[in-house]
Amino acid sequence: MQLKESKNRIESKRLPQWEYLAFIAAVLITFVICIGLGSVRLPVRDILGYFGERIFGISCEYTLRSTPQILTVRIPRVICVALSGISLALCGCAMQGLLKNPLAEGSTMGVSSGAALGAIVAIAFDISVPVISLASATVMAMIFAFGSIMLILALAYKLDYSLSTNTIILLGVIYSMFISSIIMFITTFASEKIRSITFWTMGSLQGSTYTEALILLVVLIVAGGTILLKAEELNAFAIGEDNARSIGIDVRRTRLIILIAVSALIGTCVSIGGSIGFVGLVVPHMTRMIVGPNHRRLLPATLFAGAAFLMVMDLIARTVLRPLELPIGAVTSLIGAVMFVFIFAGTRRNTK
Amino acid sequence: MSLLKLEKVSVFYGTAAVLKDISFEAGKNEWLMLTGPNGAGKSTVINAVGGAVDYSGTIYIGECDRKTLKPRDTAKRIGVLSQNHSIGYSFTVRDLVSLGRYPYRKGLLNARDVSDEEMVEKAICEVGLEDMSGRSLLTLSGGELQRAFIAQLFAQDPSVLLLDEPTNNLDLVYQKEIFDLLDEWVKRGDRAIVSVVHDIGLARAYGTKALLLNGGVTVAYGSTDEVFRPEIINESYKLDINDWMKKLYSFWTEDHRKC
Repeated sequence: MQLKESKNRIESKRLPQWEYLAFIAAVLITFVICIGLGSVRLPVRDILGYFGERIFGISCEYTLRSTPQILTVRIPRVICVALSGISLALCGCAMQGLLKNPLAEGSTMGVSSGAALGAIVAIAFDISVPVISLASATVMAMIFAFGSIMLILALAYKLDYSLSTNTIILLGVIYSMFISSIIMFITTFASEKIRSITFWTMGSLQGSTYTEALILLVVLIVAGGTILLKAEELNAFAIGEDNARSIGIDVRRTRLIILIAVSALIGTCVSIGGSIGFVGLVVPHMTRMIVGPNHRRLLPATLFAGAAFLMVMDLIARTVLRPLELPIGAVTSLIGAVMFVFIFAGTRRNTK
Repeated sequence: MSLLKLEKVSVFYGTAAVLKDISFEAGKNEWLMLTGPNGAGKSTVINAVGGAVDYSGTIYIGECDRKTLKPRDTAKRIGVLSQNHSIGYSFTVRDLVSLGRYPYRKGLLNARDVSDEEMVEKAICEVGLEDMSGRSLLTLSGGELQRAFIAQLFAQDPSVLLLDEPTNNLDLVYQKEIFDLLDEWVKRGDRAIVSVVHDIGLARAYGTKALLLNGGVTVAYGSTDEVFRPEIINESYKLDINDWMKKLYSFWTEDHRKC
């Protein structure tokens, strides 16, 4: 009797299918709103008509004649924003679980700035990776992202075996400062080659193309898929590395796989949109408050929340000071920094 | 047949040996107490068997050499409870306990099956947390948290438990509760426990065997009767154990109460 009752409780704790449908609907609605709003406001009828024309070949009378032109620019951008949001949020979530550290994230750990350095080095010094010369900035960003994670973790292990929150964050901050000074050096020497320094340091997805969206999508399917499959391992790491080892997880191998996946995602995002900070901090944290810390539910939920969150942030960046456009990284950092203080205060209270 | 057997196991941190040529075995229904002064290398034994540190020598788990076993296969045979759990996220008791079934999961998705769920519920009931299975770990008391971790080990269902000070920081009631729970577990089937226990009283009462370490080397090894002898304890701890125990327990004897 008792067993049966508790079994029912397990069923009710699983994320039901309709919740996923609600998530997908929310993301799609956000998507339509985001491509509708901007420097020019498009009517919903036109947007639906455009999709009808493109997908089903139904010809459409536009109320606004420039709709198709605007949408060919706006749609790939919003898709890139959504995919970047997913990637960054997943990375944050994975790192927070892996390191058992609620403040771990691409920008707090210096991974994003490392990736930005990689992309800048590739462009400034015309470094091209053989075979995939087209994507050499992306590849360099990935390599630098991975190098940054390994460097920071190696240093942190050396200083403090338990990898405490404070050690990692402190090292991340120091590393980020170090990297930004190197970036400044490079830009003074090779300024003519880099479109604008703000692009890499603050991030912007203005003028993203379908090709970039496709690159992001492919990396997301491979690396993001890997992370999603490691939900149970992340649960164990989030409880403790010793516990993960005890239940039979190959601790070193799993950690390496997740870190490589994270570097690939952050590297790709940075090479396409510059470093967009704090998404990986804010989104998983909000999602965790709603669905709980179990990664079997948290990772899928983070995926949807990440897409919706960054699309809204991008919308704010585009519309608040119309026709002027804010860098999206500035908007997320502003919100993220405030959030950071609250979470940090919370963790301090817990440890006391 | 021994369930766990160490042959001349040594552990080095850098060039310094923290454990030198340790050998012992634990067989069916045996509870081996690792004891000795602070820094004797007791936790290092647990870490070496658990796979957290590299070692030289041979560790046999059942018939197999530890180094030839895959992590999941090792986890089906030994479970480790480490010291000090600092919980950072609000996982529920059931989340924690169901991780114990990880080594039995199959495929890329780590699919759970019904027998896994049953094992989890059974383990939660065994430690008496059935009313708290949905509670967050952050809201549990020290004793409840320790019981939740023990439930995870029970769900994992290994033949050997390695416990590093299982009742560290727990009050008397919890100490008794947890030792009774483990004592009951080890007496059923092909099971053994190896645990670090500081409290000599507890070690003497619950252990069937003991290994006394000092400075990384074996001082004494054998049944509890052989190891927990005043001359051996006094030598290692630089203390008169008879005097000390008399002082501690004289207040609690029948004679004392009559006075």
